Formats: sequence, structure tokens, C-alpha cells
Amino acid sequence: MSSVTPLEIKQEFLKSKIGITGIVILAILVLTSIIAIITIPVETFQEWNNPGNWISYPKIAVPVWINIFMAEKIPEHRILESPSIQINSQGTISLTSHQFGLNFDYDDFPNDFIYEFTSEYSGSPLLQMSVIRPDGIKLELLSTSLPFSDSKTIHSDRIFSTDEVIKKNLSLQSEIFGFNLHRLSVEDIVFSKIQRNEPLKGNYIFLIDLYGVNSENHIPESKLIIGGKAFGIMGTDEIRRDLTIGLLWGTPLALFIGLVVAIASVVMGLLYGVYAGFKGKKTDEIMMRFNDVIYALPALPFLIILSVTISNSIFVMVGFLMIFGWVGIAKVARSMSLQIKTRGYVDAATMMGQKNSKIILKHILPQLLPYAFASIAISVPAAITTEAGLSFLGLGDPSFPTWGQILHDANTFGAAARGLWWWIIPPGVMIAVTGLAFVFIGNALDAIVNPKLKR
Amino acid sequence: MVTLLITIALVGSNMDTILKQGIVFQVRSEITENPAIAESFSSVEEFENFIQSQIDQRIKVLGLGEPWYSPQRIGLTMYKILLLDFGHATFLTSDSGSSDVKDIIFEKLPRTILLFTTATIIISVIGVFLGALSGSKVGSIIDRITSSFAIISSSFPVWWIGMLMIFLFAFVYQIFPARATPDIPSSDPGYIGALLYHMTLPLITIVMIGFGSWAYLVRNFMVGIMQEDFIMAKKTIGINQKKIIYIHALKNAAPPIVTILALSLSGSLGGAIITEAVFDWPGMGRLYFEAITVMDLPVIIGATYILTVFFLVSILIADLLYGYFDPRMRTG
Repeated sequence: MSSVTPLEIKQEFLKSKIGITGIVILAILVLTSIIAIITIPVETFQEWNNPGNWISYPKIAVPVWINIFMAEKIPEHRILESPSIQINSQGTISLTSHQFGLNFDYDDFPNDFIYEFTSEYSGSPLLQMSVIRPDGIKLELLSTSLPFSDSKTIHSDRIFSTDEVIKKNLSLQSEIFGFNLHRLSVEDIVFSKIQRNEPLKGNYIFLIDLYGVNSENHIPESKLIIGGKAFGIMGTDEIRRDLTIGLLWGTPLALFIGLVVAIASVVMGLLYGVYAGFKGKKTDEIMMRFNDVIYALPALPFLIILSVTISNSIFVMVGFLMIFGWVGIAKVARSMSLQIKTRGYVDAATMMGQKNSKIILKHILPQLLPYAFASIAISVPAAITTEAGLSFLGLGDPSFPTWGQILHDANTFGAAARGLWWWIIPPGVMIAVTGLAFVFIGNALDAIVNPKLKR
Repeated sequence: MVTLLITIALVGSNMDTILKQGIVFQVRSEITENPAIAESFSSVEEFENFIQSQIDQRIKVLGLGEPWYSPQRIGLTMYKILLLDFGHATFLTSDSGSSDVKDIIFEKLPRTILLFTTATIIISVIGVFLGALSGSKVGSIIDRITSSFAIISSSFPVWWIGMLMIFLFAFVYQIFPARATPDIPSSDPGYIGALLYHMTLPLITIVMIGFGSWAYLVRNFMVGIMQEDFIMAKKTIGINQKKIIYIHALKNAAPPIVTILALSLSGSLGGAIITEAVFDWPGMGRLYFEAITVMDLPVIIGATYILTVFFLVSILIADLLYGYFDPRMRTG
């Protein structure tokens, strides 16, 4: 133990492939968390459990990249936010026209489309919605007048493709199509070929025209959502949440939980064990019996009781995890300090009348440092999986959703039996990869610190 | 004992509040059901006083007047528990409808034993053989595969693998059911078959995740022992390699292995709470979780007690076995 110097550890460590792999994975994870903290504002993340925040996202959409492997392309969810705007005035009539271009290149119909707008007007302007298809046909979808108002008002509304009026308008133009429009939904008609009911690929232009008399009208906010079945890098879940955000933000949380719990419990265990071992006799006996008592406590049931009765805040949870983390380390630290205690220089130091605290801190603890680092690395995965397990049972902190909570939601919505793989696999893989990184580092360190295992 | 005390301490105060609220609710509903009582009072104040006195009376009768930490109450609770009298569950019932905690626990326990103890035994058998094999040939392909499998499987949460297994075998290939609870009544003759069939998926999952670390553990013991002089001596005499590994070396590695086996067997009785939740297996783990979420104190205490007793008994057995396998320990 004492023969290993920090420099040697470094050299040995750089030689071990497993250790390097671990460090590389860890570096990637740290990078991910930095990116997550910088790019995704905390506010979005804290709105995780607020369904209203996710309304414009699709429900259980598969990740977009799946299209690369699919012969039949799944329609992507598109949120079109910047239309090309034209304003015309002819005499008393003014026309504000918003155009959304959409390149539709998929082999399935979209789920629906929603037009979300906020308009500023006076009087009662006329809103017309139409679409120009790739084959040049223009379909009138809707023409409606906005609620009358004498003065300038701001009006926000949504137009859904499920609107009955749109359906009726389309059936008036049914002579264009070579099949029966009855029973088909609006998006199945708008995006269909003329002869058969199959998706028509090409560039679509959605036109929103606002006609006003004697007034200037604006549509400051205008958003067209084409509801697809694929969205984002990681897809979405049942409550329309973007899983990418959850997964990205889970990384710093998991690292935080794992590292804090591991470091704190190793430090606690070391101090406790070394003190017990150094003092010996009665103190040692009492301290070790107390250690045994905690060792005999079933950890998971107690963690559940604690989080149900006291608090499920993430910081309190970290504390609870520490209570059960330090026990094993204290045992090993005690036996190690018993060995070191018998060395000559410790005797010499005692003889010279040095204080106990100084002997422990200066002469015994440094000897245990390599072991401490190895055990920090090894106890991180345990902390992460335990926290994930608690969250999985629904006992996590709802204001800080972790990977475990994503999996909890997946389980409550029966994702496994419904085949929603993109909801289950990524969070678990992230947990496992994070754990693996630390296990690799720990094993590499362990092999150096305990030469017995090296063979 | 300490475990029990801590449990009572943790849940005691909450339980009292719940019980007291229950009494208040009971009294009020009794009075609203019986309008004659309400009419016999002239003023609202008098009526409220009457209700309060009723509530106080009942609280005293049930012994809730004293705080939960008073020595009398804890003593009484402990005494009752020692006699396996856990009282009645407040919310949960067994499948047959009994609310006696003893009935509930003894209904769930066999199922957990069936699943987790079977799994533990399979895991340890596979683990010991694989570990012995890789420990005797350090650096071989088997050794490398075992070691890396152990490392990798230790960082996967069991319940996540469980979800993947459900996805794979219940959704993609519809071989096994997603829910592990059989849907036919337990009186049906086909029940045992159905139970075994539903058990397959959780069993495979637990074994898959578990045996790696076992093998790794056994391997590490074996590596140490294979370098001892007496093994060398046996090798030079020309004793069969297999015989050396499985009889001589393994017997020497036995003490720590047996200890771990005994502990993990008793630990398996608790059932992995989370694993049972994933597979919806109606055993101790799920009982525990349900009891904690609805704060059903008698069930929590009963389950904790039974598990602790098993734990202590298995430590004792492990110690005795240790002495049997390693005679040096007997005098110590």
C-alpha cells in the first residue's frame, strides 16, 4: 500500500486500457452535462412535469434518425415558425398574407396540423386558410371571421385540422379526388394523391390570408405545426415531452448524485474507520458495533421509508444514500489503519507526543488515499443505480427529473409492453454507461492499489 | 431489534396522526348518519364539545393518548411482535380478503421464496462453477468473458433489464406474459403451471444479471487459493486438474462463499422491491412497497421483523457452517 506513489499510480493508470476507456466515457459525460446546462435553460427543464409546456410537441413520436433505416419514411413533426409575410393594400381593403413552405417527403400521412396565431386587429377581419399542393391544386381549407371589436384588440386562437368546417370545405371540393372522401380525416385528404389515397410528396405551401377593411392588421405570432410521428433526436413520450431534454439534463444530475454520495460516504467511512482503528480498545469496539447495526439495516426498504416519511427532495436523498454508503468503507479503513498503526513511524510520532488528530491526518490517512480513490469510483455506480431505483418506484424528486423518473413514467404508461423502445432504452443505457465509466476507472485503480488481483 | 425500533420511530408519528384523523372522521360520520343526535343539542358550541369529548374518549381507549414513543406503547408493540401478533393491516388485505398481517405475509412469502430463492440458488450454482473454472485458468478466454460480464452487469439496474426483457419477450416475440401475476384464481388446478410460466421471465432476468458478480467473486477467491502451496503439491503429485479445482480448491474457498450464499439467500426473501414492481410479482417486495406507500404500519413492521429474523438466523447458520468448513475458526 505504502509503496504506491501518486506518480506510479498515474503511470500504471495510463497503461491500463480499461481505465482510459473509463476516463474517456466520463469526459464525454461531463461534456454532455456542460452542453446541457448551457444550451437548455433550467426553466424548460423545471417545466418537465407541466403538460401545458409540451402542447406543441407530438405524442409518443419515434426519434427522427429512425428514418435513415426505414424504407418507408415516417413523417417528422414540424413546427414552422417563420412564414414569409406579404402585406398588400388595395383601397380600403388590406391583406396580410403568411406563407408556410413545407417539403413533405414521407410515406405516411401526418397526424394532424394545427395553426396557432395571435393577431392584432380592429373590426372583424376575415381569415382564410388554404394550401397549394405540389401538383398545383389549391385547396380552400377554412374561411372564418375573427370576433368583432371596435378598438384594436389582440386575439389568440388555434385552428385544428380536426375542425368540422375544414372537413366540410374539403367535401365541397371532392370532385378533384378520385375516391370517396367520406370517413377520411382532413390531413389524409390534404396530403393525398388525386387518384388513390396515398401520400403525395413534394412542396406544400400553406397560405394564411387576413383581410381587413380600413385597418392595419398584424399577425405577430404565427406558427404552423404539422403533427408527425417522429420528433427530435430521442423522440417524445406519452405526455408529449421531448426526451432529449430529459436525457441531457439527467447527466449532470446523475453525476452530481453519484459523485457527492460517493465522495461524502468515502470520506465519512475513512475518518470513522481510521479513528476507530487508531483508538482501539473500547472506542473501537463501540464504534464497530454501531457500524454493524447500520450494516444489518436493509438499505432499500429504509430508503423508501425515509423518502416517504421525511422528504423526497434530491438533496435530502443524497444524505440518506450517504448513511448507507460509508459502512463498508469504514470496516476496510479500520483494518487498514490497524496495520499501519503498528508501523515504526507511527510509534515514533506518538512517542514524540504528537496529537492524535495530527497522526491520523498526516501519517495514516495519506496511506489510505489510493484505496479511497478506488472506492469512490466503485461506489458511484451504486449510488446512481440506487437513486434511479428509488425514482423508478416513484419516490424521486419531481422538481429534478432524473433518468430513473423517465423510466418510472415509461413503466406507468406500460411502455415496455407497448413497444415504445425509445422511451426505455436510452435512459437505461445512460445509467449503465455512467456506471460503467466509474466501474472501469475503479477497477483500473483497484488493480494498482491491490496488486494481489493483478494476475 | 434495532431495525424494528428505528422503523417504529420513523413511521410511528405519522401512523398516530393517520389513526387520530381516522377516529375524527369516524365520529363525524356516525353523527351525520344519525340526525337525532344533532337535533338534541341546542347550540353549535355544545354540539362541537360533544364531538370533541367523543373523539378524546376513543383516542384514550385505543391508547393513542400517549405519544408513540412512550415506553409503555413501544414495549407493548415489541411484546406483541415477538409473539408474531402483528395485528390487523389498516389498508392492505391478502388475496383471500383477510386483513390479518400474519395471513398477508404468509401468503406472499412462499411466492417470493419460489422466485428469488430459486434464482439465488441457480445464480450461485452457475456462479461457483464459472468462477472456479475461470479462477483456475487466469487470463483465459473464459476468465476474460466472466470478468468483463461481471463488471458490465454490475452497472446495469436489474429492473431496467427487466423492462427490456418485457419489451423483447412480451412485445416483439410474444412468448411470455408482461405481467407476472397469473390471472386465474389460486384454487384452479392449472394455477401452479400458470405461476411457473409467469415466473420464467423474471427468473431469467434475475439470473442473467446476478451470476456475473457471483462468478467474479468466486474467481477472486480461487485465484488466491490456486497459488497456495498445497495446490502446487497436488499438481506435482499428478492429481487430476478437475479434481483439484472442484474438490480441493473449492473446499478451501468454501467458507466465504457459504457466508455470502447464506446472506444472499436471506436477502432474497425481501425480494428485490423494484424487480417485483417491474414484473408485478405478488411477493414480499411488492407488499413492502405497497405498505410503505399507504403507510400501513402493521404490515411494514411485520415484514421488517420477519426479514430481520431470517437475516439473523442466516448469519448464525453461516457462522456455524464457517466453523464446519474452516476448523481454524472453531477455537477462535
